[in-house]
Amino acid sequence: MQSTRFPWIWKGVWALMLAALMLTGAHAQDLKSFEQRITTKVLPNGLTLIICERPEAPVFSYSTFVDAGDVNDPSGESGLAHMFEHLAFKGTSEIGTTDYSAEKIALEKVEAANNAYEAEYLKAVGRDEKKLAELKQKFIDAQTEAHKYVIPNQFTDVAERNGAEGLNAETGLDETKYFWSMPENRLELWAWLESGRLADVAPREFYKERDVVNEERRMSVDSNPIGRLVEQFVATAYVAHNYGRSHIGWPSEVQQITATEAMEFHKKYYVGSNIVIAVVGDVKASEALPVLERYFSKIPAGPKPEEMTTVEPKQFAEKTVAIREQTQPFYIEGYHRPDYHSPDDAVFDAIQDILSNGRVSRLYRSLVRDQQIAAEAAGFSPFPGEKYPSLFAFYAVPLPGHTPAQMRDAIHKEIEKLKTADVSDEELAMFKTRTRADLLRGLANNQGLANDLAEYQTRYGDWRELFLQLDKVDKVSKADIRRVTNEIFVSSNRTEAWIETEPAAAGKTAQQGGGAQ
Amino acid sequence: MKKNFGAYLVFVICAIVFTPGAFNAQQNKPWEKIPVPRLHAFNPHQPQRIELKNGIVIFLQEDHELPFVSGSVTIPGGARDEDPAKAGLVGLYGQAWRTSGAKLNGDALDDLLEAKAAHIETGGDVDSTAVSWDSLKGDSDQVLSLALDLLFHPNFSAEKLELAQQQAATGIVRRNDDEAEIAGRESAKLVYGPNSPYTRQPELATIGAVTVDDLKAWHDQTIGGKLIVSISGDFDPAAMEAKLRAAFEPLPAVKITPSRHDDFAGPKPGVFFIDKEDVNQSNVEIVGLGTDRRNPDVPALAVMNEILGGSFASRLFQKIRTEKGLAYAVGGGYGYAWDHPGEFRVMVLTKSASTVEATNAALAEIDGLTNRPFTDEELARAKDNILNSFLFRYDTREKVLAERVRLEFYGYPADYLETYRAALEKVTVPDLNAVAKKYIHPGKLAILVVGNGPEIKPSLEELKLGPAQKVDVTIPMPKQAAEQKQ
Repeated sequence: MQSTRFPWIWKGVWALMLAALMLTGAHAQDLKSFEQRITTKVLPNGLTLIICERPEAPVFSYSTFVDAGDVNDPSGESGLAHMFEHLAFKGTSEIGTTDYSAEKIALEKVEAANNAYEAEYLKAVGRDEKKLAELKQKFIDAQTEAHKYVIPNQFTDVAERNGAEGLNAETGLDETKYFWSMPENRLELWAWLESGRLADVAPREFYKERDVVNEERRMSVDSNPIGRLVEQFVATAYVAHNYGRSHIGWPSEVQQITATEAMEFHKKYYVGSNIVIAVVGDVKASEALPVLERYFSKIPAGPKPEEMTTVEPKQFAEKTVAIREQTQPFYIEGYHRPDYHSPDDAVFDAIQDILSNGRVSRLYRSLVRDQQIAAEAAGFSPFPGEKYPSLFAFYAVPLPGHTPAQMRDAIHKEIEKLKTADVSDEELAMFKTRTRADLLRGLANNQGLANDLAEYQTRYGDWRELFLQLDKVDKVSKADIRRVTNEIFVSSNRTEAWIETEPAAAGKTAQQGGGAQ
Repeated sequence: MKKNFGAYLVFVICAIVFTPGAFNAQQNKPWEKIPVPRLHAFNPHQPQRIELKNGIVIFLQEDHELPFVSGSVTIPGGARDEDPAKAGLVGLYGQAWRTSGAKLNGDALDDLLEAKAAHIETGGDVDSTAVSWDSLKGDSDQVLSLALDLLFHPNFSAEKLELAQQQAATGIVRRNDDEAEIAGRESAKLVYGPNSPYTRQPELATIGAVTVDDLKAWHDQTIGGKLIVSISGDFDPAAMEAKLRAAFEPLPAVKITPSRHDDFAGPKPGVFFIDKEDVNQSNVEIVGLGTDRRNPDVPALAVMNEILGGSFASRLFQKIRTEKGLAYAVGGGYGYAWDHPGEFRVMVLTKSASTVEATNAALAEIDGLTNRPFTDEELARAKDNILNSFLFRYDTREKVLAERVRLEFYGYPADYLETYRAALEKVTVPDLNAVAKKYIHPGKLAILVVGNGPEIKPSLEELKLGPAQKVDVTIPMPKQAAEQKQ
């Protein structure tokens, strides 16, 4: 896990915990008070609430962190976690409907109609096209019937009318996050809305929303050269683990996800023990906790879902992906690396920092400044997720006239240097200083802090790890960097992917076209 | 790889529309029974404003929460003011400038700053350039002095200019790879004209024509303008004021930049098309000329924008995304810039086959502004959305400072936000109908589609708005560059 927040803070907390160091000055006092401003409570249903008091302005931000993402999508249902996330904006049995008991019956008919249509559609032998068309019409009619009870977007309407700012959600491979900021006097209203949609989501307008998600895929993957490249890159790097699947979902699978499947996903993964909610801002824990406890207790208890059994097997063959098309060249490569629990997690952060952070980084100085072959070059990790063994990836954007092969060779040269010679004292010190400062900078933002607290609480079982991480950063040595570099950055562990520019066909340029005949 | 739900709301404020019929049924509304207490009292902390005798303005915003100090100096004059034959000059200046301190060369500066986790950046914008910096408190004197060295004694080098030119060239040759980039750029050119100061684009030839002397001349020409210095963070204000006075007071009286007088004709109406064979989704942009913020109708236009395309329940979002499922990204509104007309822009991204359907749906919503009268319910919702989230414009000291700098730069009164808010509160339904009638002219709009021609069926002819005119986006290759590319 790439941790880059809260350096000095950590220092402070650590020092206080050990009672070994005395920090002096106003900021040390602030750091001390920081820990005192955080209250954590685990409710009987297993859900964890974190409240951080930061009364700078009469507002708060929250982050709901569900420990389930698209890596958990069942086989054949890639994109399911993301589809559910979209559903979570559609309201509940109490909001977004004129009559939920009647709507529920209508929604059940939608599911039955969809099942009948899908059954015919998937027939390998003897599919009756006329019957299929009829079934499709019945499916559309059932949706129209159910729609009569819908008050569209009422959930988001109430949130926005009450001042919600930055209202959004993100589905990662590892987790799903919901978040916004609000004036502090809407805390109870927020608790009603958020607990309602986590506990009591209604499967309404699902199939229209599926069309919306298909458009999201077209935008971010199909119609975007880098999106296409990255999807192929990751799919090639993995042979067994779900990290190799399309993040947003393969089109054929997204197109067949049902509301029933989304609700099953919800039932399994949206249980108290799988959810952490952090609230940061002008909130008093003593007053807020009883209120939040009352609302969030209605989320069902349930066992923490079992972890997946698949472990990506060791790669033993170098792999390549070449895309030839009329877009500009691009290069990316990746090496399998362990997950964030690895004792070397901070060593990967150090390698990334020394190779990629800013204008002093080795890749910038070598590829951009000195060789003048790339506009950008960097390494990044972990990718595409962090909960399970992932990749340490590199990319470079060639300057005009330069090729992906040149990018690859130049990156490999820098990697070789790391393997054969120690990094300098200055480089290592710089990594540690910058990590501290960047962590500290993150403290002044309610939303960022809420996200981090919820994430660290989930991933480490204790938000304090946000600060304690710095200990691992401090311990990174030159020998660690050489050892890890030699272990990980070997050709048999590598997947390379690139775009090379194919000249336009004779008589046709990229700008010419059929157009709208 | 994170996927954002609703991340493509274009004018992110908020506006919600109940569909007709929503109130027919008896809906129990439990959320309305939840008490909303009085908001905690809040007086946003205003920065101290110091105007020097020479006209330079300094803002000091103390914030002692964390041990950092950051600052910036904003200089009037930007890309809109550059020589068209050297389009891209200001961008190159912004990149090369930071590496040109007299005390330290660029590489030594990078080494020093990064070791301290500090930053100094320079940049060029459409109407200004700036140097900005930030560091831990303990390093703040040294970083300030390095930043001021860049400001007062720049020493531009050919080497760093060349590096900036290479980076700019990479951007130019790649500018047709991404469909959304093409759509945004080319639709703006339809609105302002291809050679307008607001849209002319750097080409390989124009960036190649820029010399070190040009950078020096640009600097000398702009540095005498009305500089705005702003500092925020953990510093002692008296000591900081003394330091800044010592640095800036000796400068001669500022030369006020004359305001520009540009012509803005607006787009030629019609349908324009750019073919891109490697996409399966069309970017549709419906564009026209907007207005500027000094226009007293802006508050009413802001509320209208809320209702049209501001949020999850705006007319565009409700109809095109929620009801029809035609798009993930849809939104838009009537734009207003600080000192020149903004753009009217409605955009929708939809699969090739539904291009005509989605375009027609968006056009219907634009027409609807003038022929579907606004309701009290729409007005109330839009106002709630804007006013209840209004405090997020000044909920941090940094935001308050940035706003004050902006107002100072464009010559708006310091209490602009308050008067703007008061004006928003007063907007009525007749105001909305009046501004829609005054500013929304569907016949004056241009429609640009970037998409995969053969896949667009029914074709754009089915819009019945005349033949689709092809826009040439070929990137001009100077002879030398073309050879190098082979």
